[in-house]
Amino acid sequence: MEIGKLQRRYLDFTSTLFHEGFLDNQFTQLQQLQDESSPEFVLEVVTLFFEDSEKLLDELSRTLDQQAVDFKKVDAHVHQLKGSSASIGAQRVKNVCVAFRNFCEEMNQEGCLRCLRQVRNEYFLVKNKLETLFALEQQIVAAGGSVPMMW
Amino acid sequence: MLVKLLELSMNWFIDAQIMEQKTDFLSEKCNLCLGWLKQFSARGLKNHLCNHYFGTKKVKETSRRLLFLWLAGWVLCAIWIFWFMNSQAVEKRREMLASMCDERARMLQDQFNVSMNHLQALAILISTFHHSKEPSAIDQIIFARYAERTAFERPLTSGVAYAVKVLHSERELFERQHGWQIKKMDLTEQPPAREEDADLESPEISPIEDEYAPVIFAQDAYKHVISVDLLTGKEDRENILCARESGKGVLTAPFPLLKSKRLGVILTYAVYKSELPSNATPAQRIKTAIGYLGGIFDIESLVDKLLHQLACKHSIVVNVYDTTDPDRPISMYGSTMTGTGIYHISTLQFGDPIRKHEMHCRFKQKAPLPWLALTTSIGTLVIALLVGYIFHATVSRIAKVEDDYRQMMELKKQAEAADVAKSQFLATVSHEIRTPMNGVLGMLQMLMDTDLDMTQDDYVRTAHASGKALVSLINEVLDQAKIESGKLELEAVPFDLRAVLDDILSLFYGKAQEKGLELAVFVSDQVPEFTERGHIYLTVHLTEEVSSLDFETEYHSRNSLSAFPVADRRRSWKNFKLFKQGLSATDPSLVSTPYDLINLIISVEDTGVGIPHEAQSRVFTPFMQVRPSISRIHGGTGIGLSISKRLVGLMKGEIGFVSEPQIGSTFTFTFTVVLTSSYTNTNEYKSSEFHGLTSLVVDDRPVRAKATKYLLQRLGINAILEMDLNQVLNRIASGTGATNLVLIEKEIWLKNISIWPFIMSKLKDDQLDIPKVILLANPTDSSKRNSSSSMEYISTIITKPLRVSMLQLSLQRVMGCGDGEHSRNGWLPQLPLHSLLRGKQILVVDDNVVNLRVAAGALKKYGAEVTCADNGKSAINMLKPPHIFDACFMDIQMPEIDGFEATRRIREMEADINSKLKHGEVLLDSLGNELHCDVPIFAMTADVIQATHEKCLKLGMDGYVTKPFEGEQLYRELTRFFKSTKKNQ
Repeated sequence: MEIGKLQRRYLDFTSTLFHEGFLDNQFTQLQQLQDESSPEFVLEVVTLFFEDSEKLLDELSRTLDQQAVDFKKVDAHVHQLKGSSASIGAQRVKNVCVAFRNFCEEMNQEGCLRCLRQVRNEYFLVKNKLETLFALEQQIVAAGGSVPMMW
Repeated sequence: MLVKLLELSMNWFIDAQIMEQKTDFLSEKCNLCLGWLKQFSARGLKNHLCNHYFGTKKVKETSRRLLFLWLAGWVLCAIWIFWFMNSQAVEKRREMLASMCDERARMLQDQFNVSMNHLQALAILISTFHHSKEPSAIDQIIFARYAERTAFERPLTSGVAYAVKVLHSERELFERQHGWQIKKMDLTEQPPAREEDADLESPEISPIEDEYAPVIFAQDAYKHVISVDLLTGKEDRENILCARESGKGVLTAPFPLLKSKRLGVILTYAVYKSELPSNATPAQRIKTAIGYLGGIFDIESLVDKLLHQLACKHSIVVNVYDTTDPDRPISMYGSTMTGTGIYHISTLQFGDPIRKHEMHCRFKQKAPLPWLALTTSIGTLVIALLVGYIFHATVSRIAKVEDDYRQMMELKKQAEAADVAKSQFLATVSHEIRTPMNGVLGMLQMLMDTDLDMTQDDYVRTAHASGKALVSLINEVLDQAKIESGKLELEAVPFDLRAVLDDILSLFYGKAQEKGLELAVFVSDQVPEFTERGHIYLTVHLTEEVSSLDFETEYHSRNSLSAFPVADRRRSWKNFKLFKQGLSATDPSLVSTPYDLINLIISVEDTGVGIPHEAQSRVFTPFMQVRPSISRIHGGTGIGLSISKRLVGLMKGEIGFVSEPQIGSTFTFTFTVVLTSSYTNTNEYKSSEFHGLTSLVVDDRPVRAKATKYLLQRLGINAILEMDLNQVLNRIASGTGATNLVLIEKEIWLKNISIWPFIMSKLKDDQLDIPKVILLANPTDSSKRNSSSSMEYISTIITKPLRVSMLQLSLQRVMGCGDGEHSRNGWLPQLPLHSLLRGKQILVVDDNVVNLRVAAGALKKYGAEVTCADNGKSAINMLKPPHIFDACFMDIQMPEIDGFEATRRIREMEADINSKLKHGEVLLDSLGNELHCDVPIFAMTADVIQATHEKCLKLGMDGYVTKPFEGEQLYRELTRFFKSTKKNQ
């Protein structure tokens, strides 16, 4: 594929991500942090985020499935998830986490479960999108082009 | 006096307390109570309030009990005092009576004894001169005279008589010798008073007896008893026989004397023929007795006389009784009144062992009421009651005060809780708003970086700036809370007033456009061109100011500026003049104040509805808008002006306003800034590219024209004002230099659109440079700009409000000079951050790996050497001195050991090491760098609540950055710290 086209697609895709609120400013900042000294910085962080989040989601579903829910634990997990999603700029995940924590505070198990589903959805969505983004990036790099920057 | 009395009573009080405490079983509370009392008397109640706050109830209970005990005790005490004093008085009275009585008794006795002795002497006289002499040397006349003349010797006797012993054998001879017969006493009629009544009632001749005792001598007053045989009277006979046997004076029982009707007593002495031994038997005495001497004691009159001599104010009643027969005492003297009350009995010794006499004394008056005792006890009681009352009042007062205090504490707690809730709410809300705003801002930022034309770029910038303003407004809401609690400190940073004003203008660009308002900034030439060191909050403040004005007026002033009613214009113009005057007025201070302190006056004015007079007083009250409905129409929190006021206060300035309803308002405030000549920041706009250009500003409204001129001058362009478009040609033609630019208000342009081709052709004809024509358009008619004709003459249209940056850009484009590329509004503090962080060893602690990685990446980006730790424990280990870290960023919320706890432990370790260092226990060399003993620790948190910030500082953290990192904030926190350490070095 033509490099220019790929780049255009990449940019379009990125802006949709921002537009639809999957990502926020923080992701841009992450990208800014990537330079020659750490060329894979974003990928690295995002992969970390994926690992961390999947672990947390599993934990969460396990904790919430129990008869007596330990809301403190749930809250701690959600807090973690919120922190890491905020760090990579996964805005929608983070926003659901905010609601999630409110339900935790109210000890509302149903609400928590609903939020968990939502978080999971959002997480897989953003994961998909990011993976697509990285795939695109790799394609560009493979084609010998440079990844266009948004800032 | 009063004080003394109080003191006295207080002492009593305390003493009594002690006493009561001792006697009662409350001694364990004694200390408390005493301390309490001391405080009560010595100090105010303040200390007490705090000290005894805990046990109010208990104290109250105790004090009530004490009060009762106190009162009961003092009632008893008063009764006792009364009884004691009264008994003392009675005792004293009794003693007085006794002494008086005894005195009288002794005197009576003495006088009686004296009389008796004299009678004895008289008896001896008679024995000597009557019986031992032959013939007798005494006869009745001599005896009477002698007795009369020696009467003073016998104060108690009223008369004396002498009877001789005559045996029956001698009777006749005796009768013959004396010439009278021995008579007998009249037993029937006056048995006890024989001696007196014999005279007149032809006394009978005495019957024949063994012996007789006829009276031969008598005092004149008792002459009638001569010749009466005393042995015929029962009493006298006994008396005589008794006296003869005993050889002593013998008394009769008292009996009334006939003549004087008074009680009397007769004393009889026996006269013996020869001297008798003291131990002579009664028989011998009877044998030798030859006569009997009798003395009549008129007790009544004599005692009277005696008492009269002794009369004194304490008159007493005296009774004398013969108590020979104790069952039937015979009253000898005094009335027989038997009153109650105290009396005293003194025994009298009249020398007759057989007879006993007593003297009874009584006070004439009854004892007076014991006033002294009464008043003393009542007084004591009253004082005690008063003290008790004071005590009670104090206790209840204290209780009341304490209750109030408790209530107030309760209310205070509630208020504080409400305050906390408020700030929590504000923080939460602001936090939640900031999140979506980040999205907006991020998008705008990205949009800015795309390929946009000038206008689009400007719009985006405006949108971005507005978004920032919103965020800062949110921060302001927090600031209001901060200022309210006095926690806000102004930071002095360099700033350019003009740039700030431009920014503000651009912030309101959108709004102005929407409302069809014209905005303009005018800064006097006298304001220094270069950057001043002022307060960062000026920006904020001006924003507030303008926005407040906007909120107040925008709705109603929609048409006022564009329609330009006469009144408005005049007003506006006047205000501008005023404004200028105001600025020039600051000139002297600008020159004269030391330290380059200058006062700036800033006026913000508008045309519009103005502020109603009745609302003007409330303008600066928080959350108060002109009318409650206004906020619904215009939005806004209504705290803008109150924040402004506080900020101005912080900047040592004043704020005020003038407002005329339906004309407009002018807000004016002053503030002080420090001139920083050292800070060299070349005015970016005053670049040389436009230098020397001349422009013509065509505008029929001088104020607006002046503002435009001001902007052009800032770009280094010479500006000429022209009111009338028709004069433009003349101006251009006659101008000394070439006119490069013509800026025309669009209104004028549209009005005179037909004239322009003519001007152009004229200019062309004159071989003059054709100036670039720029239209200045109002936001309202900007949509129509493309429809107008004659566009071919116009280089560009600039939409108002005019801003230097925008003007510059437009002009660059028009003039074709400059490279058209402006410096990207990139990461401005990036460079300083780089220099700040390069080579620094930084420890980042976060339990969230993603966060950790991001934070580390960000810090690495700035050139720092980053080490990561994923929990508090390892962070503590790593920061155990000596270590190599220059700073530490720590997450607050971590499992096990959270950020606060970790910081606390690290600080403890450091303090420990420092103290060891101080004492020389550890050598400095072993620790490497000493400075690392106080490693700066910054909290990383997503929490924006002020309380968290405060807690961070309180727990030994040095600063606080929000997560995710924001360059500016990071820079601010770090500079603060690294600069200060540099100073230390």
